[in-house]
Amino acid sequence: MGKTIVEKIIQSHSDEKVKAGKIVWMKLDIRTARDFGGPNVVKNLEKYYPDERLPDVENILFTFDCVVPAKTIPYANNQQICREFAKKQGIRVFDVDAGIGTHILMEKGFARPGRILVGTDSHFNILGAVGAFGQGMGDQDIAFTFCTGKTWFEVPETIKINLKGRFTFPTTGKDLVLFVLRKLGSKGALGKCIEYYGECLQDLSFAEYITLCSMMTEMGGIVAFPYPNENVTNWLIKRTGENPEFIFADRDAKYCNEIEIDVTDLQPQIACPPKPDNVKEVSRLKCLKVNSVFVGSCTNGRFEDMLQVSEILKGNKVAQGVMLRIVPATKEVYGQMLKEGLIQVLYDAGAIISNPGCGGCASGQIGMTGKREVQISTANRNFLGKQGDGDTYLASPVTAAFAALKGKL
Amino acid sequence: MQKNMKLNGKIWLITNNNNLINDIDTDMIFHNRYLAITDINQMGQYAFDNLNGWKDFAKESEKGDIIIAGKNFGSGSSRQQAVDCFISLGIQAILAESFGAIYKRNAINSGLPILQIKKINLQKFNQREKIVINLVDGSTNSEYLEIEPFSKVQLDIYQSGNLFSYGK
Repeated sequence: MGKTIVEKIIQSHSDEKVKAGKIVWMKLDIRTARDFGGPNVVKNLEKYYPDERLPDVENILFTFDCVVPAKTIPYANNQQICREFAKKQGIRVFDVDAGIGTHILMEKGFARPGRILVGTDSHFNILGAVGAFGQGMGDQDIAFTFCTGKTWFEVPETIKINLKGRFTFPTTGKDLVLFVLRKLGSKGALGKCIEYYGECLQDLSFAEYITLCSMMTEMGGIVAFPYPNENVTNWLIKRTGENPEFIFADRDAKYCNEIEIDVTDLQPQIACPPKPDNVKEVSRLKCLKVNSVFVGSCTNGRFEDMLQVSEILKGNKVAQGVMLRIVPATKEVYGQMLKEGLIQVLYDAGAIISNPGCGGCASGQIGMTGKREVQISTANRNFLGKQGDGDTYLASPVTAAFAALKGKL
Repeated sequence: MQKNMKLNGKIWLITNNNNLINDIDTDMIFHNRYLAITDINQMGQYAFDNLNGWKDFAKESEKGDIIIAGKNFGSGSSRQQAVDCFISLGIQAILAESFGAIYKRNAINSGLPILQIKKINLQKFNQREKIVINLVDGSTNSEYLEIEPFSKVQLDIYQSGNLFSYGK
């Protein structure tokens, strides 16, 4: 019997026979912790493995991205706990200036096809964009992996999704993933993987691959693997200096479900509060008045996302009374925006531009919403209270930019 | 230490309009505004304080209680605090129709019994009623509640105490 992508990746990291549904031990290539979770990883290590020298420290990282720089004393203390521990153990730290950890793993070539990487971030499955198995875990799990380089895992089943047809601007990868979420629902991929196939993937930028993979978490899923296109290959060659060796599923791989989703001429989608799977066409919410707009997050914080926004805003001003907040995913994205004049365009349009990081999602590095405030966000979650007391709608950078411009959808 | 494989405790049916609530995410269980907290003793007081209708849960719950919830319990973030807050309150077990994948791991690794409900007839249960559940064979004292027993790794970790003592 043939194997799915996830079965193959786990098999290459395990001495046991791997099959969906079985619990096996697997070795891990890279283990990381961030400023959420990180301090407790340190606490666990100091409690259960006191005075132990961590093995293999070149494959352990701290990445600070949630509250950067720390805005309260407890956060500052937590980050300091991680820094001191890292120094003692010789672990590399991507500090508060660096940006979102998962994106750094891709930019710096840590994430490659077939690798397994874990961290204290539930959107670690973003790494499926480069064909890597990324998995978010809690602080006990991560502490254990820091020390042992392995973990137990229940091999997930896989859903095969065939995307039929193609779509064009203003519809983007974000609309695609919102549409899939609309079809599957919040539990549609619970505990499972997805492999995506279909010709529309050829039209996606690498940033859109990230977007497509990131919202796997909102479907309850483990990791998604979209069939790689040329943009993904080029990204990997540039970042790793080698031709990527993608892992492909066997022809006779066993899927738990096979679904066809027709995305021919797909229209822009939007997730209404209070759940990410509460998705509708943007056109059905015409004239919804908007108070604030957030562009950023691990889902839509890449340069390509920022470029779409600045092309729409160029020479214009955001509508009066609308607050536009922009947070690049990483320092590299920020630098590129600076070099290519996007910062100027966005500044002239009246945007607030912050340093890189998770931005609106994690404890509101760039502010929260207030009661009755309507926010259009390019992030991935709109649960009650997640980004403040207001109503958060999830949409693409294109939809967000038009909303900022017009003050309504 | 020999662990108890048969638990009995008073139940909390986490409901809204007489239905078990689905999709209770980690921000409803332990909101991101408390994420700087790393001391488990400080976590219990905030359990469910962002879940509509359940804001007083921490005050009303008692040591040894058993939580019963709907589908996809603990979806969302990877924060361990969303498990630790219940350990902090002395919650004995969480039964749900399904769990978020990361949440399930976090609970298993901490040695907090979480079990999937196969079948429940909600109308037959009263809030704060006492139930008995068997972790090993999944049996209960009620014909109206069926649960999946522990998996092997879950049982092993539970018996060891937590992932660290199990993996050593």
